[in-house]
Amino acid sequence: MEYKDYYQILGIERDASADAIKQAYRKLARKYHPDVNKEKDAEERFKDIGEAYEVLKDPEKRSAYDRFGANWQSGEQFRPPPDWNMGGYEFHGSSGDTQGFSDFFEALFGQARGRSSRPRQEFRMQGEDQQAAISISLEDAFHGAKQTLNLNRPTLDEQGRVTMRPQQLNMVIPKGIIAGQRIRLEGQGMPGHGGGAPGDLYLEISFAPHPFFKAEKRDIHLQLPVTPWEAALGATLTVPTLDGKVQLKIPANSQNGRKLRLKGKGLSTSKTQGDQIVTLQVVLPEAQTEAQQGVYKSMAEKMAFNPRTDLGV
Amino acid sequence: MSEHSTTYLQGIVLDEESYCSFGELCRLCGASAEQVEEMIAEGIISPEGADQSEWRFTMVSIHRVQTVVRLHRDLRVNLPGCALVLELLDELAALRAMASRR
Repeated sequence: MEYKDYYQILGIERDASADAIKQAYRKLARKYHPDVNKEKDAEERFKDIGEAYEVLKDPEKRSAYDRFGANWQSGEQFRPPPDWNMGGYEFHGSSGDTQGFSDFFEALFGQARGRSSRPRQEFRMQGEDQQAAISISLEDAFHGAKQTLNLNRPTLDEQGRVTMRPQQLNMVIPKGIIAGQRIRLEGQGMPGHGGGAPGDLYLEISFAPHPFFKAEKRDIHLQLPVTPWEAALGATLTVPTLDGKVQLKIPANSQNGRKLRLKGKGLSTSKTQGDQIVTLQVVLPEAQTEAQQGVYKSMAEKMAFNPRTDLGV
Repeated sequence: MSEHSTTYLQGIVLDEESYCSFGELCRLCGASAEQVEEMIAEGIISPEGADQSEWRFTMVSIHRVQTVVRLHRDLRVNLPGCALVLELLDELAALRAMASRR
């Protein structure tokens, strides 16, 4: 198992006072709380912080832990000494919920629970819910899909302990799911205790970046480059949608930034419809040759046009 | 289903268009009726329906109640604090979504 440097995890010196430990813990717990912090490793950091505090806030556990000395590095391979009897201390049951703490914690302090409390089987308790974030493609959200996800999932080891292991999960991506929505998978969370039901798994959806589509709730946005003559004269253009290519009519005299709506080409469910919003982006061709410059010169002569009237000039 | 075919789990989408009852909401969030009533009084979630027996909540409420339960348990945030955190988190999510569309 890997050694855990609880002082380093809380960012404090080894001689930190109890108040300093509490302050460091509270500050980091706020920062890395998984409901607040959306970084990928937030949940793991939050657990580490809780575990470090569980040990360092308790003077008996702390002094037992301190006996390993200051020379260990986080992540170093560690084995408790053969005479390790929790440092000769009698630990009382943990106050907090220690489920999901590291092997390191379990090896050093885990036995206290088993010895002091009644056998676990007497408690019939539902397993904890689990949260995970998954990223899917816009295409899968549009059509619906079947996917195999790789998630760190709770599994029971030989000793009946819960450990997190990478596991595959096959699931249906429902048609019309949108970013920020959650899917509840009943019974796929932590195993229950003493015959209790397992918890649920909640998956939060986000979209993988797409080369040209961007989703805003149910609507799909596309910037469509057009030529000045397509915008001025009108045209029927081929436009990509998540549903394949469609023909879009550009009305004559369309300005740059004009938005056109393709109904039903967004993320739709049986209950609600999303659209694709096409924003025209007029792109000017460069005038390289004399003939090309002539076209612009002739426009300048024939178009009485001042785009700066709003500026009073 | 044959042994060889893969089973694909079908989840429930927690969206604004589907609803759960007061009892379901309490059960799914591991919260007591009293706790959820306090959250309603604080304006964290709003039921539809005249009285408690007819109350129904959009499925999005589940996440709000669960977040409050966790913030209270892990960070000792009180109810008005949780309401404020949820509003700020919503705002942050909207700003992040806007920034990612740029």
